[in-house]
Parts: sequence; structure tokens; C-alpha cells
Amino acid sequence: MLKIEGLTAEIDGKQILKGLDLEVPAGEVHAIMGPNGAGKSTLSYVLSGREGYEITGGSVTFHGKDLLAMEPEERAASGLFLAFQYPVELPGVGNATFLRTALNAIRRQRGEPELDAMQFLKLARSRMKELSMPEDMLKRGVNVGFSGGEKKRNEVLQMALLNPSLAILDETDSGLDIDALKIVSEGVNALRGPGFSALVITHYQRLLNYIVPDRVHVLVNGRIAKSGGKELALELEAHGYAEVAA
Amino acid sequence: MNAMTSNAEAFLRRAEALATPAWVGALRRQGVEALARSGLPNRRVEAYRYTDLTPVARAEFGAAPKALARPELPAQRGRARMVFVDGVLRADLSTLPPRPLSDAAPLLGTVENSATAPVAALNAALAEDGMFLDIPAGENAGLIELVSIVTEGAGPIAFHPRHVVRLGEGASVTILETCEGPDGVGYLHNPVFEVVVAEGATCAHTRIQREGQGAYFLSSIHARIAAGGTYDNFTLNAGAKLARNEIHSALEGPKAACHMNGAQLVGQGQLADTTTFLHHAAPDCASRQTYKSVLTGNGRGVFQGKILVAQVAQRTDGYQMNQALLLSEDAEMDAKPQLEIYADDVKCSHGATIGALDENQLFYLRSRGIPEKAARAMLVQAFLTEAVDGVADETCRAALDEAVMGWWQGVAA
Amino acid sequence: MPAVTETIETVQSVAEGGYKWGFETDIEMEFAPKGLNEDIVRFISKKKNEPGWLLEWRLKAFAIWQKMEEPDWAAVNYPRIDYQDAYYYAAPVQKAKPKSLDEVDPELLKTYAKLGIPLKEQAILAGVEGAGESPSDAAEGGRMPIAIDAVFDSVSVATTFKDRLEKEGIIFCAISEAVQNHPELVRQYLGSVVPQADNFFAALNCAVFTDGSFVYIPKGVKCPMELSTYFRINAKSTGQFERTLIIADEGSTVSYLEGCTAPMRDENQLHAAVVELVALDDASIKYSTVQNWYPGDAEGKGGIYNFVTKRAACRGKRSKVSWTQVETGSAITWKYPSCILQGDDSVGEFYSVAITNNRQQADTGTKMFHIGKNTRSTIISKGISAGFGQNTYRGLVRIGAKATGARNFTQCDSLLIGDQCGAHTVPYIENRCISAKVEHEATTSRIAEDQLFYCRQRGLSEEEAVGLIVNGFCREVLKELPMEFAVEAQKLLQISLEGSVG
Repeated sequence: MLKIEGLTAEIDGKQILKGLDLEVPAGEVHAIMGPNGAGKSTLSYVLSGREGYEITGGSVTFHGKDLLAMEPEERAASGLFLAFQYPVELPGVGNATFLRTALNAIRRQRGEPELDAMQFLKLARSRMKELSMPEDMLKRGVNVGFSGGEKKRNEVLQMALLNPSLAILDETDSGLDIDALKIVSEGVNALRGPGFSALVITHYQRLLNYIVPDRVHVLVNGRIAKSGGKELALELEAHGYAEVAA
Repeated sequence: MNAMTSNAEAFLRRAEALATPAWVGALRRQGVEALARSGLPNRRVEAYRYTDLTPVARAEFGAAPKALARPELPAQRGRARMVFVDGVLRADLSTLPPRPLSDAAPLLGTVENSATAPVAALNAALAEDGMFLDIPAGENAGLIELVSIVTEGAGPIAFHPRHVVRLGEGASVTILETCEGPDGVGYLHNPVFEVVVAEGATCAHTRIQREGQGAYFLSSIHARIAAGGTYDNFTLNAGAKLARNEIHSALEGPKAACHMNGAQLVGQGQLADTTTFLHHAAPDCASRQTYKSVLTGNGRGVFQGKILVAQVAQRTDGYQMNQALLLSEDAEMDAKPQLEIYADDVKCSHGATIGALDENQLFYLRSRGIPEKAARAMLVQAFLTEAVDGVADETCRAALDEAVMGWWQGVAA
Repeated sequence: MPAVTETIETVQSVAEGGYKWGFETDIEMEFAPKGLNEDIVRFISKKKNEPGWLLEWRLKAFAIWQKMEEPDWAAVNYPRIDYQDAYYYAAPVQKAKPKSLDEVDPELLKTYAKLGIPLKEQAILAGVEGAGESPSDAAEGGRMPIAIDAVFDSVSVATTFKDRLEKEGIIFCAISEAVQNHPELVRQYLGSVVPQADNFFAALNCAVFTDGSFVYIPKGVKCPMELSTYFRINAKSTGQFERTLIIADEGSTVSYLEGCTAPMRDENQLHAAVVELVALDDASIKYSTVQNWYPGDAEGKGGIYNFVTKRAACRGKRSKVSWTQVETGSAITWKYPSCILQGDDSVGEFYSVAITNNRQQADTGTKMFHIGKNTRSTIISKGISAGFGQNTYRGLVRIGAKATGARNFTQCDSLLIGDQCGAHTVPYIENRCISAKVEHEATTSRIAEDQLFYCRQRGLSEEEAVGLIVNGFCREVLKELPMEFAVEAQKLLQISLEGSVG
């Protein structure tokens, strides 16, 4: 589903990714762990097409297509979803309007019929109930005045509605208490299946107790330094990155 | 009269040629004197430092056509409306029984600066007609429409309507004013409003200015608000080559309130200037101002806003925000918010921001699958929402939304 | 901090209510004839033994000034100044530079003592060579040495630590000395930031400036101590027109302080200074002012008219200039320390506290011109009005079309104490660059009753409570001052507000 080969990327002339290889087959959840500054967030932004990152080499294919040639919205329409580490506030944009516009834009690009307001509300309400989100969150501005936990839940709600084939979770666990962490993890686990893959980027092993990965990769200095099964995460927790990745 | 030294010579000559019935005499005299003194100011005059009115002084304007045009009018939205075509009041097209402006004679030129500030003086010197809306105490007049249309064949006319709105104690009215005209014609629309709000009365005034792209729009609104009264203004400024919107409000009795909001949508070849002057002249009054500017092409936006708090105006609560969004490399925004405060028990603040669309927000929307164009439109809409949200009347709100959408489609195309 | 304690004690000891620096020094003075004309300009230039080019420069400025009109746009009111009714040159009679303390006029010494300049430095200040110049002396009491240039009326009477600074290649001297010893530097930079025709008061200064400080920090040098100029107006009916020029060469750093006082007189005296700063690539200048000219009495009689032009050119890439001012004195303050941000990535800062009490009027602020790419500026202004004081912030932020990525943040807060004063905010914001971001916030408020009550319930007097709250209000600015100055400035704020409560 996702294949990254020899990816190099820089920001403001500083090289961050230095030849990264990674393959995520359909239906699998992969975790990426690594110390600060290893390039974890850069990877998630490069994959989702944020401006300001210069791709200097390598390739990324997604469902067999050249991902790097696509605009951010095309990537979203072809099934890639990024759950932001710091979800952006959009004052003046209602959450419901935003979600429906996004959902319909993606459905349109996929050739699916658009949902009308009633259909959308029904769908959104049922998803929100699953995530224990109060309904008034639909009326508020996108992420405006949301607590840290509410923002992350809003990310997972969007994911549940947009139904991606690949979700990138960029430190979704940061700033979450244990209850919120459980709800968010359940949201992700509910999507798991043969057509859904995830790339879970995290500092800590904790999240991986709830979202159990098929593979764990250690990202150090812009490259995958080591890969293994889920037990690798425990090893990292016990011995630190320096020792494991050495 | 040393009229001939002023750059407003042509206007002054026209004023001299006008028939001057007694009821308008005092106003005209004041206007002519003030205009002869100040002329149409250039940027050396502080209040016009960002907006030069010399092009208006230099432009040549013709008389209104004798034959009455019969333009197609939009559907009536309010309870009643008054229609001006090519600057002429048309009783035949209006559903509001006209009240002669001469009935308003004792009020003319009485609201602060309404005969002497340059834009108002130009009107005072040349006004011949206008709407007089006189709402008796306790009456709710509902939604009244004021429509001004310049027709294709009118040519570069200049017209100077003076509108007077008087609300008795506890009365209320909602005014929806629309101004339209053809592109490519250098006509001048120079309306002045004098609004007198008695105790406990409420006037909500929405203006949608969509004059033609070649037009000059020089407007001045003067409101006087008594104790417990409210004057709300929302101005959507989307048309004209050069638009100056002045609003002078005086809060003259305790617990009077004023909300002045607006949006300026400025494109290629346009200059839009909003200048507000809020005089807190009584204690316990509140004022709120939110102005948003969106600039494209080489459009230039200007916001000047002054809040003056007199020494008696203790416990004043004043707030003003102006924000501008630059959407192109060639756009320019100049802002001069101002506080002048002589009372100590006050809470006054203003804020200003100027910047481009937030790249983070844009990327966030796009990463959710919303195409760039739609994402931009959504953010511009959201930017304007804060100001537009202040408009409570649903008909006015719908008209505003439609006008904003129309403008955006024109820009995005 | 012995210096601070001593200063405060001195301040308190000379306190006789109101302004504590208002004494007069009885000392033999030399004056130029009263009035202003070309001959006076020539007299000053001759007195200073200036080269021909400088005299020509002065005369040109004088010709420009004669054609100019006094500006009237500021929110200050004062009777017309008669420029012919003042002395333009006054200097203490001093034969040669004194070699020891005994040679210095004792009256001059007493003046410095009364002004609260610490004893050790007092000896230095009076121009005694050798004193306090060893690092061990300087480190005494655990504080950094401060090199001082003292300007008494029209002339610089002493500059300290010169030898020590010279070892680093730093030039710190009176500008009249710089004209003699470093003419090439003076000629290159004088008037390059504030030209003769800049404004009425600057033109006047160009014609008749008598002294001031000159600083040059060579490439890569971090100035090892604070540099300071202490301005004192003493003589009657004199104007003071000092001129300061600071050049920070590539990669250098300097922190400069300026303080000023004047005797209490019931006439108004004019002070029209010009300060020019030049920062080249990677250079950084921090310029701090505690302005405490005589403000006039409670009825508004007397006091200094302070019309000052201060401007910095951030010419180099990544250069930085930071202005910090605490304005408590003067009857009228008219002053806008500004930054021209030419170099890419250059930074301008303006931190200001201005207090107007009694009949004082202040119209002060800054201008930030963003020309280079990624230039950044920060403006924090705190205005406090009490009594019948009028306080105006006036500022300009201009972003040019090529200043891509420029940023400005402005915060202007006003505090009103009493119902007869005024607080005004007049910012101009002009942006022609899409990628620039400008933010401006302003608030006006008074000290809340509950704040006052809370403090008083805890045992503070009303004046102490006001002082405390005002200091809190100004904290963001005061923390930018060098430490020794900050404590003095806090004290000064309190003294300036005396009598404003109740």
C-alpha cells in the first residue's frame, strides 16, 4: 500500500530525512519510534504534502501511484489521513461545515455521491457517540477553545468519517490522559481491517499497549535504524534509543 | 465667498447655480463655506493621509439625464422601500410613502460634523433631496429598504442625497441600504445620513455598497444616540474605484450603545477607506467595532478609527478590532486606530492585524481533502464571519452573504 | 548592589518633596552671547576647534532650519519658544583636564555627589585619571564597572575607563574629541541616520550641537562594560543640544545607558538632542534611557522641553537595536526612538514607560521601518497618566513591499490615575507585503478598586499600593533595563507619582 524508497528531504537547507526506506502493506499497523529531531514529524508532513519541505531524492508510492506528485487534497482523496500532532484552530469555520465539506470533497473525488445535511448529521452523530464527544462540538469553530484531549478526539472523529486507507498518527498520544488515550485508541482499532493501514508515530511505548502494532521501526537521524516486531518497543523503553539503535 | 481658491471650485459653482429653497438654505451655506475652506483634501491633511480626494475634485461630472429611466428592480425584501434612480427620488417606484425632506429642516446639519467635515460639506452644499424616515415613539417600523441605482445610460453624474432618520422614544427600525451602478462610469454618489436616536430607540442599519468599478463613493453617516438608545451599522463595501465610508457616532446619554461593523472587499484598481469616529460623551456607554478587509489585486484598504472618551464618560466600555487579509503581492493595507481618552474609569482597547492567509490552516483543510480554491474561500468566509455575525436581521444577513459570495466568485473567476 | 542602594539613599536624602535633583551648582561658566544666528554657529564651531567641513555642515543645517516651521502635530501644548532668548553655548570654566581630585572644581564634585553617582565613580566622573581603572577596583562590590561620559551643560567634562576600553579598540569619548581624533569616522557617519533636514529640532541640533558622546565598537568586540552618559543642564536660560553617535561594527555588541537631570527653575529650558545609532552585520546595540529632566512644578511652571530625535540604522544583516526608555521627567516630551531595518533578518525593539503627572505632557513612541527581508520588530509601550498629565503614544510600523517575512508585534497599554488626565494612542500601521504579519494591541484602563483594596488590606499604604501596581504594569519594560538601572527606575516611578493618589 505504502512504499518509501531512499527518501531524502530537507527544510531550510537542512537535511532531515537521509535515505529512508519503509513499506507498509495493506491491513498492517506500523509504529515509528525515535528520539526528538530524528525526523518523525518531517516524515508525516512530507507524506501528507506540506509546503516548505524539499524532497531531494527517493520515491513514495501509495496504492501504486506517485504520492509525491499529488496535491495535499489529492492525497487525502486517495485515502491518506494525517492526525496532526497540533491540530490547527480555524476560528469562524464551524466544525460541522468543515467536516461535511471535507467528507463531500473526498467523496466527490472518489466518485461517490455527496451527503446532504441530514445524512451527514446522522453519520456524524453516531461517530461522535462512539468517541464520547458532546454534540455541541459540531457547532463550535474547528478546534477553537477545544482542550488538548478534545482536539485529538476531533482528529479521530475526522478519521472515522473520512474513512482512510492509511492513517498517519503523529504523536496522537501527546497530552492525553489515560481515558482519552483509550477512547482514541478504540477509535483507531475500530477501523482496523484488511483495507486499513496505519503509521503510528510516537515517543512512548504506552500508546502501543492500546494500538498493538504489527511492526515497529526505529527512526534515528533520518533513517530507519532498526525494525522488528512489537517486542522491539518494549526493548526501546527498557534500554533507550542509543543502545538499541547502535 | 473666497470659493474660487478651493479645489472644489466646480462643485461650488454648481451649488451657486442651484435653486435654494428656505428649508435647505442654512445647510447649504454651512456646506459651501466649509467646502470653500477645506476643498477636497489631499494626503497632507491628517484625516486623509491614506486617501486622496483630489481625483474627485479633478473629475468632471454631468447633470442627471432629464428622461426618467425605468431600471429593473430587484424583488422587494422589506416591508416598504424607497428607490432612488440616478440620484432622483422615485415615488413611482417606491412603496414607502415619501415624506418631503423639507419636513426635516430643523434637523438638517445638526448632528456633529454633518455639515462641515469635507465629505459631509460636499453633500451639504449640493443636497437637494433624500429620504426622511420619521418613526414615532414606541413604533416598530420593521425593515425599510433604501435602494440607489445608477442606470447604464446615466453617464458620469454626481448626486448628493441627504437622508434623515429620526426615531422617537423606544421606536425601532431596520434599514437595508443597497447602492449599485454600472462599471466603467466615473459617477459620484455622495450620500449623507443624519440619524437621531431618541431614548431607548434602536436603529439597525445595513449597507451593501456595490457601486460600479469606475465610481466614486463618498459617504458620511452621522448618528446621535440618546440614553439607552442603540445605533448599529454594518457596511459591506465591495464596489467603486474610490470609496470613503465615514461614520461619526456620538453616544450622548447614559447606557447608549453603538456597534459599528463592516467588511471591505477590495480588488484591482480599488481603494476602500473606512473612517470611524466614536465620541463617548456620556457615562456607562458601550461601543463595539469590528472591521475586516480582504484585499486582492493591487487593491488598497484603509481603516482609521478613533474612539474619543470625554471626561464625563466614566465607565465607558469601548472595543475596536480591525483585521486585514492580504491575498496578493500588490495589495496594501494602512491602518490607524486611535484612542483619545480623558476619563479614568474606562475600559478601552483596540487591536489590529494585517497578514496573509494562515498557511497552517490552509494545509489542514487541504489535508482533509478540501481543494485549495475551496479551502481559501472557506478561510476568507470564516475571516469575515466575525464581523457579519453582528447582523441580527435575517433578511439583511442573507443579502450580505449573497453579496460576499458574489464578490468572491468574481475574484476567484 | 551598593551602587543602587547608595543612589536610592542619595535620592531620598536630598528629597525635599517633589523633584529631588532640582538643585543648582554655583560654578564659573562661560557663555556665548544670547540668541541664534550664523555668528553663534561659527562661535561654537571655533570654540570646538572644528575642521572646515563640519562648520560648513553646521551652516547648511542652520540655513535649512531657518526655512523650517516648528511642528504642531504632536498632542502637546506650550507657548511659542523664542529661539533668540536663549544661550546656545554654556560651559564650566576649566583650564586643563584635571590630574587629581583636588584640581576638579569642588562644586562640580558636590553636584555628582548630590546626583547620587557612587563615590568611586564620582572621582572618575570628575575626570581624575587613573582612579578605578583596574579590573579589581571595578569588580569591587560585585558589580560591573560602568564607563561614564558626563556632559555638564554644553560640554563633556569627563569620560572614564577610556584606557581600559582603548585596549579593546573601543572608542568612547566626547563627540568633540572624536571630531579631533577620529574625523574619518565622524565624517562618515554623522548625519547619516538623522540628516540635517530631518525635522525642525534635528536641524537646530545640527547647527548648534555642542557635545555628546561618541562610541565606536570595532569588529567582533563585545564591549566589556556598560557605557553611560550623564547629562546635566545647570545654567540658566540655556538650551542643551547634545549629539550622540554610536557605531557598532560587524559582530560587535554594546550596551549604553543615558541619564539626565536639571535644576528646578521657573523658566522653561529647551533640550533638543540627536542620537544616531549604526549597527552593521551581526552587531547589536542596546540603548537605555532614564529621562528625568525637571518636569516643572505642580502648577506647570518651569520644566524642560525635551524635543529629541533618536534613530537607529540596522544596516547590517542580523543586526539588532533595542531602545528602552523610562520617561519620568520634562514638562514636554517629544521623542520617537526609531529603527530603520535595512539589513535582512535585522531586529528592532522599543520598550517604553512614560509617566506624566501634574501638568506634564508626553508625546512619545517609535517608528519601525521594515525594508529588509525577515525583519522583526517589537514595540511595548506603557503610558501612565496622573494629575493633569497628558500622555500620547504615537507610533509607525511601515512594511515595505520587499520586506518579505517581516513581523511586527505592538502592545500599547495606558493606565489612568485620577479623572483629570488623558491617555491617547495613535498608531500608524502600513503594510505593503503579503507575507508580512503585523499585530497591534492597545488597552486603556485604570487601577482596579479591588486591586488597591487587596493591597491595602495586606497593610500597604495607598501610595505604596499604587507604586506596586504601576511597577507591575511596567514590568515588561523594566526587565529590559540593565539591572542597576531597573531598580533605580522602579524607585523613580514611585517618586514621580507622588501626590497623584487621594
